[in-house]
Amino acid sequence: MFHRSPFTAYRLLLTAYRLPFTRFSLPSFTPLASRLSPLDGGQLMIYTIAGKELKSLFASPLAWVVLTFMQIILAFGFLKRLDDFMQIQSQLIQMPNPPGITELVVAPLFATMAVVLLFAVPLLAMRLIAEERRNQTMVLLVSAPLSMTEIVLGKFVGLAAFLLLIVGITTLMPLALLLGGRLDFGLLAGLVIGVVLLAACFAAVGLYASCLTAHPLVAAMIAFSLLLGMLLAGETAADGLRGRGWHVPAALAQVLSPLKNFEPFAKGMIDSYSLACMLLLIAAFLVLAIRRLDAARLRG
Amino acid sequence: MTVHAAEITVSAQGLSRQFGAHTAVDGVSLELKRGEILGFLGPNGAGKTTTMQMLTGNLAPSSGAVSICGVDLFERPTAAKARLGYLPEHPPLYRELTVREYIDLAARLHRVAKPARAAAIDDALARCGLAEVAQKLIGSLSKGYQQRVGIAQAIVHRPDVVILDEPTIGLDPNQIREIRNLIRELGANHSVILSTHILPEVESVCDRVQILHHGATVYGDTIAGLKQFHGGRMVLAGFKRPPAAGEIAAISGVARAEAASETVFRVNFANGADPTDELVRRAVEKSWGLYQLAPAQSSLEDVFVHLTQKEEQS
Repeated sequence: MFHRSPFTAYRLLLTAYRLPFTRFSLPSFTPLASRLSPLDGGQLMIYTIAGKELKSLFASPLAWVVLTFMQIILAFGFLKRLDDFMQIQSQLIQMPNPPGITELVVAPLFATMAVVLLFAVPLLAMRLIAEERRNQTMVLLVSAPLSMTEIVLGKFVGLAAFLLLIVGITTLMPLALLLGGRLDFGLLAGLVIGVVLLAACFAAVGLYASCLTAHPLVAAMIAFSLLLGMLLAGETAADGLRGRGWHVPAALAQVLSPLKNFEPFAKGMIDSYSLACMLLLIAAFLVLAIRRLDAARLRG
Repeated sequence: MTVHAAEITVSAQGLSRQFGAHTAVDGVSLELKRGEILGFLGPNGAGKTTTMQMLTGNLAPSSGAVSICGVDLFERPTAAKARLGYLPEHPPLYRELTVREYIDLAARLHRVAKPARAAAIDDALARCGLAEVAQKLIGSLSKGYQQRVGIAQAIVHRPDVVILDEPTIGLDPNQIREIRNLIRELGANHSVILSTHILPEVESVCDRVQILHHGATVYGDTIAGLKQFHGGRMVLAGFKRPPAAGEIAAISGVARAEAASETVFRVNFANGADPTDELVRRAVEKSWGLYQLAPAQSSLEDVFVHLTQKEEQS
């Protein structure tokens, strides 16, 4: 069994941070705090940008369409599974240690949500930077006294807030079961934390893809391809490499497969290794996005 | 904010920018004091917009340095940008926001502290004549109003330096006059850099003019100096019964007179002289039938054409 330690994850963070920049001079590790501007009227600039991003999201029909369809799909799946559960309930009671409603109804709901998010997040993230470029509104942000870090983090926080809303609304479905029964809150917490992290991973990849082009749809396609490629490659590579005893490439592959890292959470387990891998992926793609935008200023 | 006549607000040295093998801007330097309005002129593709992008930190120069109020733009970008207001060629407007929401966002992004924010927004809206459309969506406004929103965005945080890339484009003549008045007003205690194609605009608004051609400065002087460059002022005088050109040239203070058409003469004045009174008196005395006397609008245009086409030929 591969030894999982947060330290390996930290070493990977260093590698992931350095890899893309070997062409440039190595960046110094500026503490994040010094890249962010001080509090302004009690408000970080990140939240100003995030607030604007949320406002724009809700001003576009896309956000509402995505919200609606996600709710329809998830609610349908949820009710179907609930129905099935009711029918087999009498047989379950006869089992010695029967699985509960959380395992049989709620966990599959979150698994479906993970897959739906895989499609939805690229669509929601595509306009973050690409549309600003296309409408030439990026100038407003770049001319303002903000660092690229603040711009990218602001966009990320804005999208993450929207995704939290999606997760929040969806979580109301299992919570409604409390009216007639009990839930395994440990498992539910694992599922919620896992799916939030997963959505954040997708959002970071989507944000990076949005920096690559001025066409939102192209950005969505890039994000979707990246995510799909990462899932397939990461999934197969992680086990294959580990089987051969190549631990560092295996760990790297694991970082790149957020769905695999979601698995322990889906079992109600907060696995520090998976947690580190997901945070690493988010950090890596956010740093890539920042570098990309800085490079755009150099390139013109 | 203290108004100090000699304070240098913008200083750029040797700005150059290459795009691959193409040199868009080649060693442009400029210096601006508080309360000055600098007109940036040049044919399309001369590097005006590229220079402005570098002055505002939107584009990194290949070489050169910029400092805003003594703060280096590349070493301390956020501190320098806080003193800048920029209206790009294409106003960066979010069409889905209302005018007030958008100006509020611009004020927040430029760190206008909360107590002062509402007043700053109201002031910017009022100065740009936007008060009555404040609640409308930007996407539903006409081009002229959108342009004004772009200007409001650039001045809401009362920056020391305002950089406007073709601010009067797409406006009707009344709006152009309002915007020019606004720019003059801004020039009272801010520094303004203005790029435009409209030459009379530069003459009527700016204190100094800098002409770019092929990415380099080909002319930079005050408007007063510009008139010297042209060799004095000039009027167009039309007579119903035109005299000989020599008769006009004989008036003291007139450097040169030449027929522009059968009845209209182009009358150049000597340096520092203003013989308009004398010209009118002579015309009445000799009943030349003066029916038109207009200052020639072409002086800057002449310089512009002279400088930018001379290079083309050489």
